[in-house]
Amino acid sequence: MATTEFTHSHQFDDIGQQFDASSLGMWVFLLTEIMFFGGLFCGYVVYRSQWLPSFEVGSRLLDIRFGATNTAVLLASSFTMAMAVHSAQTRKRNALIGFIVLTMMLGIAFLGIKFAFEWIPDWKDGVVPGLHWAPGAEALNLMAAHHGAVLPKVEMFFVFYFFMTGMHALHMIVGIGLMTWLLLKARTGAFTAGHYSPVEVSGLYWHFVDIVWIFLFPLLYLIGGRY
Amino acid sequence: MSEHVVPVRNYVMIFATLLALTALTTGVAFLDLGPLNTVAALTIAVTKMVLVILFFMHLRYSPRLTKIVLVAGFFWLVLLIGLTLSDYLTRQWTPGPSGWEGTTQAQP
Repeated sequence: MATTEFTHSHQFDDIGQQFDASSLGMWVFLLTEIMFFGGLFCGYVVYRSQWLPSFEVGSRLLDIRFGATNTAVLLASSFTMAMAVHSAQTRKRNALIGFIVLTMMLGIAFLGIKFAFEWIPDWKDGVVPGLHWAPGAEALNLMAAHHGAVLPKVEMFFVFYFFMTGMHALHMIVGIGLMTWLLLKARTGAFTAGHYSPVEVSGLYWHFVDIVWIFLFPLLYLIGGRY
Repeated sequence: MSEHVVPVRNYVMIFATLLALTALTTGVAFLDLGPLNTVAALTIAVTKMVLVILFFMHLRYSPRLTKIVLVAGFFWLVLLIGLTLSDYLTRQWTPGPSGWEGTTQAQP
């Protein structure tokens, strides 16, 4: 379907100004998100500083392989998202659709790995605070090796783990919803006629969710003394 | 001007760098560097974040206003975490008054 060349809304001087205003609006929203996740990070850092051995045990009970794989998957999705914006800028409709679909698929792959290889085994291992808290031999052996580690604070680590990764997954689901909307509109050629702000600002959101994971990965998985 | 088209080659290079940094930070986690493990992990994470923000999120090509807004946001984040830690990490420095047993140990 052919679309006519986009003209800016009447309250703006030109397309460039409208584009900058949309982006700035998204950045301001992302700042509120930084403070939201910042509160979680802050709480995590405080508890970790007070109960280091217990938090190291918690970290080591996570499977670093899936954490690292998921980091790569999410970085790849950020790359395809950046390429989607690039395709919109250069007015390549089919490439735009392809990269949006790839981004969605990588996002779904991330969630799939998280559920199938991490959360479900976590349930079987009995490390879900409140609902199924019955840590097995592996946890108890690690506790014995880490002087000063106490079970209630290992449970606290998993409270942070599930809340932080859970909130992150929720943001991923919202992101995949945004991609679905972009996909439907991109098919009509709406973003390849000079106006691609929705692709750009959805991209900003997607990259932000990636950045949250860039910090969750080292904080939760890496700094538990695995040597 | 905001509508700066970044060449595909740059995106590929940034993506490759991000993957290399992920491999590096995962590898470093298995070396015993003492407190430097945490420093290394967070330094690499910040580097990755800066790459994503500057290039994938186009901050490098954004108006100065957007840059100031983002810096202000991080400033508040530093206040949030910095001031909280300035409390928790210094509680053991001075003993509490006699009779206030147990108050010198932070127990969140």
